[in-house]
Amino acid sequence: MLRKVLYIDLSKEEIWIEERHDLFEQWMGGTGVGIQLLLEECKPGVDSLSPEAPIILSIGPLNGMFPVATKAVATFKSPLTKELGESYAGGRLHLAMRFAGHEAIVIRGRSNQPSYISINDADVKIKDATSVWGIDAQTVGMILRERETGVGRRSIIRIGPAGENLVRFAGVVVDTYRHFGRLGLGASFGSKNLKAMVISGTEHVDIPDPKRYREVYNKIYRETVQTDAMEKYHDIGTSVNINVLNWLKGLPTKNFQSSSFPEAEKISGEMFADNYLFRRLSCAGCPIGCIHIASLKSPFSKHHEFEVRKVSYDYEPIYSLGSNLGVSSAEGVLELIDTCERLGLDVMSAGVVMSWATEAYEHDLITPQDTMGIPLQWSNVKSYRNVLENIAKISNEFYATLGQGVEYASTKYGGQDFAMALGGNEVSGYHTGPASIVGQMVGVRHSHLDNAGYSIDQKAAKKQLDLEQIVDEIIMEDNYRGIFNSLVGCLFARNVYTEENIILALSAVGLEKTSEQLNDLGVKIFQDKYRFKTREGFNISNQRIPKRFYETVSTLGKIDPEIIKEMLMIYKKKRGWP
Amino acid sequence: MPQNSNAKVLPGKAEPTKIEEKSKKKRRLKVAHPERCIGCLGCMFACSRIRRGSVSLQDSAIKILTRGGLEGDFMVVVCRGCKDPPCVRACPNGALERKPDGNIVFHEELCAGCGKCEKSCLIGAISLCKDGKPIKCIHCGACVDFCPHDVLKLEEVLA
Ligand code: SF4
Ligand code: SF4
Ligand code: SF4
Repeated sequence: MLRKVLYIDLSKEEIWIEERHDLFEQWMGGTGVGIQLLLEECKPGVDSLSPEAPIILSIGPLNGMFPVATKAVATFKSPLTKELGESYAGGRLHLAMRFAGHEAIVIRGRSNQPSYISINDADVKIKDATSVWGIDAQTVGMILRERETGVGRRSIIRIGPAGENLVRFAGVVVDTYRHFGRLGLGASFGSKNLKAMVISGTEHVDIPDPKRYREVYNKIYRETVQTDAMEKYHDIGTSVNINVLNWLKGLPTKNFQSSSFPEAEKISGEMFADNYLFRRLSCAGCPIGCIHIASLKSPFSKHHEFEVRKVSYDYEPIYSLGSNLGVSSAEGVLELIDTCERLGLDVMSAGVVMSWATEAYEHDLITPQDTMGIPLQWSNVKSYRNVLENIAKISNEFYATLGQGVEYASTKYGGQDFAMALGGNEVSGYHTGPASIVGQMVGVRHSHLDNAGYSIDQKAAKKQLDLEQIVDEIIMEDNYRGIFNSLVGCLFARNVYTEENIILALSAVGLEKTSEQLNDLGVKIFQDKYRFKTREGFNISNQRIPKRFYETVSTLGKIDPEIIKEMLMIYKKKRGWP
Repeated sequence: MPQNSNAKVLPGKAEPTKIEEKSKKKRRLKVAHPERCIGCLGCMFACSRIRRGSVSLQDSAIKILTRGGLEGDFMVVVCRGCKDPPCVRACPNGALERKPDGNIVFHEELCAGCGKCEKSCLIGAISLCKDGKPIKCIHCGACVDFCPHDVLKLEEVLA
């Protein structure tokens, strides 16, 4: 087993590797190790964009070893929420880190000029990136691909102009089409003058008992290709949910003014699959292959001349840049996704910020002077594209404000009732009911993926669950995901990675864990994350809940504020919080 | 989905001779549909896991390369079993031998790890592993069972 942490100090230009057996022994890997390193490295109250704020990347013991253990996790102090930053990305990064021999990477300090980090096994260099500063995230990938070694086994992660300009919801593009999207890791990179990282390695992993390893591998592989996940995520992909949620009245539309979109069909997963999908890709080590790539062909003259762009799409970007902005053409959605890709913006936050701004513009809270003459109107793709560019460029004070997220922008311009953030993070695409709201509020990174409240709501729509049962489910997911995210598996395979299979897989790579140990670990990881959050000022008791949630009918009907209050009380009680 | 239903017991390193005994006709790994590849690398992991008992991209006889990153196309590189194999000719120690049935056999004890075979194969189908010796496809078909997208096929051809 690897047990190495690579430290890179950009200020001092120092690089060293430490064996940290204790750390991995106790916290397994991934998010378990990530939060410990963050607690070690990040002093209380430091500015999230200062050299004192570290960036931590980590993988877990199953990455590269078992099917669908395909993610890496970034842990940092979020420039958006100013508390815990945690983001997951697929692609090839997990594999590159494993074969380079670093289970975790800690980045400290700030380069005094634009730089990128090149990691080739133990050979680590900080290199000059002056000539690519300002270049879009896609192109810089192409340039580094030519410059660096490791074809077919490397990972290139990079930021676009938005990250360089410290837009608080800038993301990091991972290997094209995958991202550390949420909570502003891109701005953290930018604040360190760090444009990119190229990671590759040639290590291999020895297995204690190859025969047993193969048996367990085959079992998990077989279960993976047999679950409905394979069917669901492979065929139409996550975007199959557009029609489903629209029908369930859970698809946020025009900034949550409605939970169904009359034109949903036109931006549905089926529409994309039938007319734009041209290939699928997979994260390294995953047979599901859920990455859907559309080809966007747009004519630029009357003489059959076309620009062709290859754009990856999923449910979340179609919600945030589609229904939530009233955009009813698949091509419009693809164009906006592509713009975010190049600028290096998180699609979800970008969409929600713009949907708030559109409404604020309607209410004259924002003037044409603020927007520099760009009319903010539902479904106006051209305007939205310009807005995205202006946010990334920080064209004026208004766009600088938008670039700090909807929570901040609404304190400045008003319209808090419809500023759709929870815990300071722009919300995801589910207006399914109370579990989705409470789940995102209490979740460690205020993401729908912390505890899948949206899916608990959908369960509650089918069979009666009382509030306590709903809260129990949220807590169970919170804890389980702490474990699963320490192995850093893809959540699409969560049904395959039952406790039994996790124990089997760990033992096949030489780690013996009991069910109690795992459960205990899940709780401890959650608690330590809250320790960090609380230390940085997060307080569950004074969180703002946008009124809009209560005004618009959800999958479970109109939501009563009292129910949310009660669920939060039950949650706090069960967690033993005051 | 390609399931393991029609799969034989996956041969491990311990019992490589069985395959040759069993099949009168020789079998060839074929890249039937390279354009269907989704880049999961399942085949490479299968090869290193089943033949070498390791987890490695280097210890794999099959290689999935990217051309122009993930935006570009994948290249699936496998041994073609040439009639007059340059790798065999290139080896100064006779470590690679072409049998009358067309199989190319690797005699590890004769290999000096010089890497001349690797340089001789234009398509890059033979390469040195972590241990400094080449890995060559033995057309066992193990990777075929772990390709979720019908890219690979094990074909029977007349010896
Ligand atoms: S390794 Fe290359 S040269 Fe040798 S038989 Fe295979 S394809 Fe031909
Ligand atoms: S057929 Fe066997 S030896 Fe050849 S690439 Fe596949 S797994 Fe490796
Ligand atoms: S297993 Fe199949 S789809 Fe996956 S990389 Fe290999 S050839 Fe491509």
